[in-house]
Amino acid sequence: MRSSRPALLTLAVATALLASACSSSGGSGSGGGSVAGTTLTYWASDQGGSIAQDVKVLTPELNAFTKQTGIKVKLEVIGWNDLLNRILAAASSGQGPDLVNIGNTWSASLQATGAFLPINDDVMKQINGTGRFLPGALAATGAPGQPPVGVPIYSMAYGLYYNKAMFQAAGITQPPTTWDEFVADGKKLTKGGQWGVSVEAAQTPENAHHAFTFAKQQGGSFYDSSGKPTFDTPQNVAGIKQYVDFMAADKIANPSDAEYSNGTEAVKDFATGKAAMLLWQSADATLAQYGMQPSQYGVAPVPFNAAAPSGANHVDSIVAGINLSIFANTKHKDAAIQFMKFMTSQQAQTDLNKEYSSLPSVSDAYGDPAFQTTTVKTLQSVLANSAAPMPAVATESQFETVIGAAVQNLFADAAAGKPVTDQSVAAQLDQAQQKLQAGG
Amino acid sequence: MRRAGLPYLLLLPAVLFELLVHVVPMLTGIYMSFKHLTEFFIRNWSAAPAAGLDNYRFALDFNGAIGRQLLQSFWTTCAFTVLTVCLSWLLGTGAAVLMQDPFRGRGLLRTYFLVPYALPAYTAAITWEFMFQRDTGLVNTLLVHDLHLFKTAPFWLIGGNSFWALLITAVWRTWPFAFLVVTAGLQNIPGDLYEAAALDGAGTWQRIRSITLPQLRSVNQVLVLVLFLWNFNDFNTPYTLFGNVPPPQANLISVQIYDTSFQNWNFGSGSAMSVLLLLFLLVVTAVYLLLTNRRRKTDA
Repeated sequence: MRSSRPALLTLAVATALLASACSSSGGSGSGGGSVAGTTLTYWASDQGGSIAQDVKVLTPELNAFTKQTGIKVKLEVIGWNDLLNRILAAASSGQGPDLVNIGNTWSASLQATGAFLPINDDVMKQINGTGRFLPGALAATGAPGQPPVGVPIYSMAYGLYYNKAMFQAAGITQPPTTWDEFVADGKKLTKGGQWGVSVEAAQTPENAHHAFTFAKQQGGSFYDSSGKPTFDTPQNVAGIKQYVDFMAADKIANPSDAEYSNGTEAVKDFATGKAAMLLWQSADATLAQYGMQPSQYGVAPVPFNAAAPSGANHVDSIVAGINLSIFANTKHKDAAIQFMKFMTSQQAQTDLNKEYSSLPSVSDAYGDPAFQTTTVKTLQSVLANSAAPMPAVATESQFETVIGAAVQNLFADAAAGKPVTDQSVAAQLDQAQQKLQAGG
Repeated sequence: MRRAGLPYLLLLPAVLFELLVHVVPMLTGIYMSFKHLTEFFIRNWSAAPAAGLDNYRFALDFNGAIGRQLLQSFWTTCAFTVLTVCLSWLLGTGAAVLMQDPFRGRGLLRTYFLVPYALPAYTAAITWEFMFQRDTGLVNTLLVHDLHLFKTAPFWLIGGNSFWALLITAVWRTWPFAFLVVTAGLQNIPGDLYEAAALDGAGTWQRIRSITLPQLRSVNQVLVLVLFLWNFNDFNTPYTLFGNVPPPQANLISVQIYDTSFQNWNFGSGSAMSVLLLLFLLVVTAVYLLLTNRRRKTDA
């Protein structure tokens, strides 16, 4: 009798723990407590460098919307590391918000889930959107030939941000236009506690975006015309190696950057004078948050290769941006469409893009003087002329995940002083492709 | 007869909740593991095509990228768990035995020791994450700038050291539980055993070996098992320390399963891995209980 009691207890504890082994992980995102008919739940992405900043920027706009329409909006700002999972959880449970911001590169993936309301001509008319959106931005709202699953609200492009004072101190008069110049300048700028460039080397989307652009410039592509992945081509290897080599071979990026994962650390290093250059999308608002004045830095297009390899694409940025989507499960479809109309109105577009230093996605908002600066003009021209949308395939979000991780692993090797070779890059890409194919 | 039914009636609510909270999700997980459940079907699970044993074949194909990674993370997890359990148990038991005899401030110290256990997992792990950062972390400030043990600052959150960073954080989090359980177990050892031993001239070490440890056996049996299962399944610590892409050297199996499910959107395959993990832990637990119980019977 005495000995059987602990055994029973053990068994009970063990069973309970084992059961939890199977059902662990993954918090389900709820938040759609929709009883009052006229309260919308809105998940906004983190655009302002911190969640508190986003709440500060969005609240007056949401109040204006409530005043206009009588519809209340319950706002939740979600960080980039969680957003996709939250959307996924909401899609699978059917318990989600009414509206959500998505990174426009996920459009085709999320379109495949059927989680979002298709924006057909009828909805487009209701939000007054017909013909107003920038064509490039509108292209990144879903797979070609299908009704989009969102509308663009903030548009962005990558640019080369450089510290004017540091350039001057190093005797550099012009921002680099080729990668050779970029590396040479980077070496001049790397001294003392200062580095040529800062990279967010452990952040998945950031890595994937750069991998895409650098590979494009080498004439590479991650998918063939039929939508099959083609990751480890020599062109893709060359592009990714070129990016990782900033740390591995050129030594113009701080090895510590290999830990940077939250999407703000590289910007902070640039803003606080630890690095002289930064390749980023619409960084002004975040830079200002870290105390850097617009007069202290310049923005130029991202460089190209001096001699373009054969088949190279004239691409120096992804079509970056944020779309607003309505969940197909919403019980407040009409109210949600009204909100979409509000968010794409000239006024809201002007206000919000000014605050976030992004580009309006509707043409009629560009009249505001805030969008006449050289920075905006530079990025606007990139977006119109040399930006390419990320692959519009259903596996796009997995593509970002596996390529982002591959680049992260390569940076970790570089930081540890291990050589990064064509073979090691190809091996990472091969592994990434196997994982992606296993997913489908 | 009616009285015999009463205990079962009283147990009923607990059994129902157990079903709801553990058994139903577990069965759902097993069901999912036989489906090709990808992003195309997450809105309507039942429409996902049947996969047969595909998901299992694929997880156990050690020539493929996923199977290889799963196997590697399995070994990493085994090493991590064994080390964490041993260290936590040693620290916990050591501290509990040292605090067995009353002294001034014992209560305060005991409370203090329990702080890591009382902290939410996220808070604890994120603090360690800050401390382990290469340029700004406390650990490198101490090791490199104050003690000058390294010429260049080592990385803790990437590369080979990440395994040790993970281990340190996990031990720091779990040892207070061992301390708590062993402290409770020590209260049950009759004081006269020690008095008799002292009269017979037994030293401290002898008393620990001949009285404390044998008397703690049933407590330790449960404690070691619980520590093992917790750490083998631990998700919070690695995820908070490393984010969704852990360094290969510290890639625990729970994060690997999470990645398959939520990063690659393949819930069928993730579930199959979960089921395999469940089976493995069941076997380990069964063997462990059989062995420890048999030993106790032969001892008795």
